[in-house]
Amino acid sequence: MTLDAVIFQVLAGLATGGIYASLALALVMIYHATHLVNFAQGEMAMFTTYIAWSLINAGMPYWPVFLLTVGIAFILGILIERIVVRPVENAPVLVVVVVFIGLLVILNSVAGWIYTYTIKSFPSPFPRQPILGIHYISAHELGAIGVTLAVLALLYAFFRFTPLGLAMRAAAQNPESSRLVGIRVGWMLALGWGLAAAVGAVAGMMVAPVVYLDPNMMSGILLYAFAAALLGGIDSPGGAVLGGFAVGVLENVLGAFVIGNELKLAVALVLIVGVLLVRPSGLFGRVYVTRV
Amino acid sequence: MLLEVSGLHAAYGATRVIHGIGFAMEEKSITALLGANGAGKTTTLRALCGMVKTEGQIRFRGERIDGRSTEDIARLGIAHVPDGRGTFLNLTAEENLRLGAYTRKDRAAVEADLERVFGYFPQLRARRAQQAGTLSGGEQQMLAVSRALMLAPKLMLLDEPSFGLAPLLVRELFGILRAINERERVGMLLVEQNAAMALDLADRAYLIETGRVVLSGTAADIKRDDAVRRAYLGY
Repeated sequence: MTLDAVIFQVLAGLATGGIYASLALALVMIYHATHLVNFAQGEMAMFTTYIAWSLINAGMPYWPVFLLTVGIAFILGILIERIVVRPVENAPVLVVVVVFIGLLVILNSVAGWIYTYTIKSFPSPFPRQPILGIHYISAHELGAIGVTLAVLALLYAFFRFTPLGLAMRAAAQNPESSRLVGIRVGWMLALGWGLAAAVGAVAGMMVAPVVYLDPNMMSGILLYAFAAALLGGIDSPGGAVLGGFAVGVLENVLGAFVIGNELKLAVALVLIVGVLLVRPSGLFGRVYVTRV
Repeated sequence: MLLEVSGLHAAYGATRVIHGIGFAMEEKSITALLGANGAGKTTTLRALCGMVKTEGQIRFRGERIDGRSTEDIARLGIAHVPDGRGTFLNLTAEENLRLGAYTRKDRAAVEADLERVFGYFPQLRARRAQQAGTLSGGEQQMLAVSRALMLAPKLMLLDEPSFGLAPLLVRELFGILRAINERERVGMLLVEQNAAMALDLADRAYLIETGRVVLSGTAADIKRDDAVRRAYLGY
């Protein structure tokens, strides 16, 4: 194991870690609003990546497709919240979980039905040759990290500095008080779904050139994103992002030097179980004490 | 009339809590709803904001508001300082205040109002960047009143503002409420168990027992009523 090889694996880990971080952040955003984990998050990302693939095949250039897909994902997210999630708003937890799983299966099957289960290649907007003379990392990996960081920065600025972002945070943590100051809480939740779907779409388009496009492409990735969200703390956006990068690096380094590629996915599962056992609120999550 | 309520019924599921309450408030006046625990005071305030299912009529400045959503009622200019203060615990004090003004488009006026609120409650200025959950009970009550004020309301609904505060702090808070009422020309509907403080502040008062109005009149008259004195004022 040479230093070069380690650097190579760490950088590659950061690139996939960015994807996990985005998806983990999408999970956290919906968790904040509903206190539930959206199992369909990965399939939503997969489905919008197929939409991007259709648009590219229709002859549109990459970046307009990218932006259009993010917009379509945003609207699809809102529609899913309005049509599927809202009716079960006050239903027991188990009902909502079943709805999320149903959504997962439906999106997966519809994608398979429309696009078939044949694996397709998905283009990268970045050059094939390494850029800036850095041979440790491919241009796509570097680009994916850049795009991920840009999305995360945009989201941070939105939630931190805009009145709408503030209202969304308020609606998630105290719906009743939010209504009393005139915030339309239902729409804030729908917007949250839209944003989560948009972030997922970016993750899907960034990972598709690496894992190739097929209806099951996100299942493993969603597992890593769960691990990332739990590692950082499911209620902590910053923690989820750090968790994503950490899981990406761990997965790559352990997979390359310690346990081999076959057991890589087990890393995610061990992490999930380990975090739940040792520190259920995650590294950055808050521990809520409830008086009874 | 600022507020006219007639034949108001409200229920939580199958449990009826108020049975045909009626009262009216003049613009800029202060009205107190008095009564023991469980009389239906808090439910009356919640009914006015569309937070419980109601029957009967509620008119705000002549306009029917019963059956409308809580968000719409807030947007009309009714600010509710709820039971338990309704603080956004994980946000900063300033973010809490800015949320109060969320529906307002007049940015410059909002900034001016923020300064005015800090004028009434100077402690909050020092705490503006602090997480609201870490404020003391008294500061959180001031924050709740301030958040309501940021809506630039025509009517404030105050649910037990004295709850959990030391007597000296209650006196200070009520003094500030009077100043706010006079300067901001905002009507106040006050629900209180501390009847003596409430009657000192209010123009009119209604006594509620088991979901019905059993006595009404000017605050001065109510204060002189023998039954009220014995049951609620304790002398």
